Amino acid sequence: MVSQKENKTSSVQQLIANSRNKKTKKIVEKAMPTLLFSAALISILTTFGIVFTLIFETFEFFKRVSITDFLFGTQWLPFSGKEPLFGILPLIAGTLKVTLIAVVVAVPFGIASAIYLSEYASEKIRRTVKPILEVLAGVPTIVYGFFALTFVTPMLQQIIPGLKLFNALSPGIVVGIMILPMITSLSEDAMSSVPNSMREGALALGATKFEVAIKVVLPAALSGIIASVVLAISRAIGETMIVSLAGGSTPKFDLDVTDSIQTMTAYIVQVATGDAGYGTTIYYSIYSVGFTLFIFTLVMNLLAQYISKRFREVY
Amino acid sequence: MRYIDDTVVMKRMTKRITFNKVWKSLFFLATTFALVTLAILLYRIITQGFDYLTIDFLTNFASRFADKAGVKAALIGSLWLMAVVAPVSIIIGVGTAIYLEEYAKKNRLNDFIRMNISNLAGVPSIVFGLLGLTIFVRMLGLGKSVLAAGLTMSLLILPVIIVAAQEAIRAVPNEQREASYGMGATKWQTILHVVLPAAIPGILTGSILAMSRAIGETAPLVVIGIPVILQFLPNGLLSQFTALPMQIYDWAKRPQEAFQYVAAAGILVLMTVLLLMNSIAIFIRNKFQKRY
Amino acid sequence: MVLGIKEENSIVKSIHTAIKPSADVAKKVVYDTRNLNLWYGDHHGLKDINLSIYENEVTAIIGPSGCGKSTYLKTLNRMVELVPSVRTSGEIVYRERNILDKSYTVEELRTRVGMVFQKPNPFPKSIYDNIAYGPRIHGIKNKKILDEIVEKSLRGAAIWDEVKDRLNQNAYGLSGGQQQRICIARCLAIEPDVILMDEPTSALDPISTLKVEELVQELKKDYSIIIVTHNMQQAARISDRTAFFLSGEVVEYDKTDVIFQTPADQRTEDYISGRFG
Repeated sequence: MVSQKENKTSSVQQLIANSRNKKTKKIVEKAMPTLLFSAALISILTTFGIVFTLIFETFEFFKRVSITDFLFGTQWLPFSGKEPLFGILPLIAGTLKVTLIAVVVAVPFGIASAIYLSEYASEKIRRTVKPILEVLAGVPTIVYGFFALTFVTPMLQQIIPGLKLFNALSPGIVVGIMILPMITSLSEDAMSSVPNSMREGALALGATKFEVAIKVVLPAALSGIIASVVLAISRAIGETMIVSLAGGSTPKFDLDVTDSIQTMTAYIVQVATGDAGYGTTIYYSIYSVGFTLFIFTLVMNLLAQYISKRFREVY
Repeated sequence: MRYIDDTVVMKRMTKRITFNKVWKSLFFLATTFALVTLAILLYRIITQGFDYLTIDFLTNFASRFADKAGVKAALIGSLWLMAVVAPVSIIIGVGTAIYLEEYAKKNRLNDFIRMNISNLAGVPSIVFGLLGLTIFVRMLGLGKSVLAAGLTMSLLILPVIIVAAQEAIRAVPNEQREASYGMGATKWQTILHVVLPAAIPGILTGSILAMSRAIGETAPLVVIGIPVILQFLPNGLLSQFTALPMQIYDWAKRPQEAFQYVAAAGILVLMTVLLLMNSIAIFIRNKFQKRY
Repeated sequence: MVLGIKEENSIVKSIHTAIKPSADVAKKVVYDTRNLNLWYGDHHGLKDINLSIYENEVTAIIGPSGCGKSTYLKTLNRMVELVPSVRTSGEIVYRERNILDKSYTVEELRTRVGMVFQKPNPFPKSIYDNIAYGPRIHGIKNKKILDEIVEKSLRGAAIWDEVKDRLNQNAYGLSGGQQQRICIARCLAIEPDVILMDEPTSALDPISTLKVEELVQELKKDYSIIIVTHNMQQAARISDRTAFFLSGEVVEYDKTDVIFQTPADQRTEDYISGRFG
């Protein structure tokens, strides 16, 4: 019986049995999951690193500046020698001005392009336009900043005579252009995933494409579209180089968009490129501003996730 | 009696059809807005920077004088930066993706890791700069070095690489894994010899695109405090360096008009590098189209 | 007990081989399934299966969709374990060892028991690398030996003549039927003891199906083959024994002629005559 079995197990099986990698095989097999898991842990460590860095240094900042002054102060004058003021509202105002202008530019253009690409455009046009949008999304923000400063601002100055060299309008518009591809492509995804049967149902009743787009597709894809806008807002809030180059460095708590402003991100850049020494109040202030910025974007990101999960259409 | 009056319907019909046509052209115009903007942007930068884009510009160091300024240190510095970012971010990113797609069971910790990655993708780059400044530059004492900046950038693009690698790994059909297990291969052998080879084009494409984001990213470098006027090339991972976007930022800020042209020339160099990387990514994507 | 039966068998066998070489009892059992139960979460997928599968035979497993025939096949090389919530009880004795025992490593089992899948699933590698995959992962690196194995396996799968001039081409360039024979060759490369086939022709055209069926007939000289099939004519054509599964149970298991001509169970007859399934 045994000998018969030996005959059956062939030479290859014997070669396999003789090959000596069994032990290393076992060790590798055991070690890999742990190794890969530690790679996965790095992303968690990064988040912890960010959160703890911001919290600790902000805590240090609040030892020197009262938290109420920070949250409700309407003046941000960190460099005024004797009595620096750290009221973050002007920086938030600057950030919101730019963000709002960006949204006003990007949302109508973004959603309109998404409708065109998803509902009207031929496959050929879609295949040409989408890569171009990808290119637009891949342009570094420093390039957009340069464009804002050297092209959009001078152009706007010819239209609006009182416009300053640094203002909220020009970076706002350019940030809008920057987030536009994001809104277009995410909204287009949302619209494309609306099943064709829904469109056909309306078209068969004699509806025009426009009516289908507005009354059928748009409502069905609404959560995806809103999520895309919220994500784009988050991106606009955190945008740095465009506002640093074209927005100026004068934090003001008002509604003027023609005058120089300062956003949260631009302030951090201003301090980082200046010569505020390590350990000074100004040094710690960039973390408190960074923390505020982080919370703004985090809330926006969580909101976007919530919207797209909570209101996901199930077809 | 019919409820629907044909004449009324027909009268409205013309209006509705015109409406559709008008809106269609409006939507089309909105789409061209992005395209026209891109065209203007490129046209402006090319016309502004082309005259300054000379061999000297590529081989000169930075200078106080516009006509002597060059991108040598910045270009080489950016390459050094990539030399750190590429291995670090790809190894960690692909490792994470393999863990999540092949090993991770459905439990809270792994759900948390997934959620964390998508949130990390939304953190502004400048905040990563603050992280790098605190942890790498100060706490670990790496200074304003290639390594410190490279690690910061790696963390920044990590979520992008993870997501791209996850998609590529998910696209490998399960039958492939089954075939390998059926031969008596272990899990790691299956991943190494079957899953990864099939996923590599997707992983590479995603990684190169992520890399091109890192090469154009400025904010973290500004926060870390990377210097701009450097008269030497980095000679090691702990050496000081400057990078293209940093150099462009510095030129763009200068009041003298001539530096605007220098900045535009710098942008042309940066965009050429980006174009090159993107072409490679597209080439890989087309060459290794899915075969299943 | 186990050993007792075996010995008895072998004694009986030695007597019979002398007189009647092709006698049924002479066959040796490869797989002995005893009281096998299997659950997917709460779903009782296999119920109290008892089945003996014989060496150098083609055993067909038939039954309507969802009857557990594929599940049973995948239990034989423990591929079912890839589904997270699977539990089993009972035992499957393969060559005197219970494979459901955790001490039996799946890799070892699958090295001895090859599998061919429903859809041809060659790797997107060259034909050569596809065949050499198994030997390589098991540590055979010698180029000359690999060359020999590849040729032998491709010949064994009756596809050598079709592909010998393009061994370095991607296996995805082949037709579906050729791909499936490459998969069979890939399986032969580690010279397994048993080959499991999970509806191997369901994705193939009639001519490719015929080729694979002929191949199966050829292979049974050297291998024990267990084939799950939807196609009753196929089972009748190529198998020596047939098991009829229904709702996770074995309704009837006998020689193929018996099952198709004089089934004992009414349900088998209904299924075979096409009254359901």
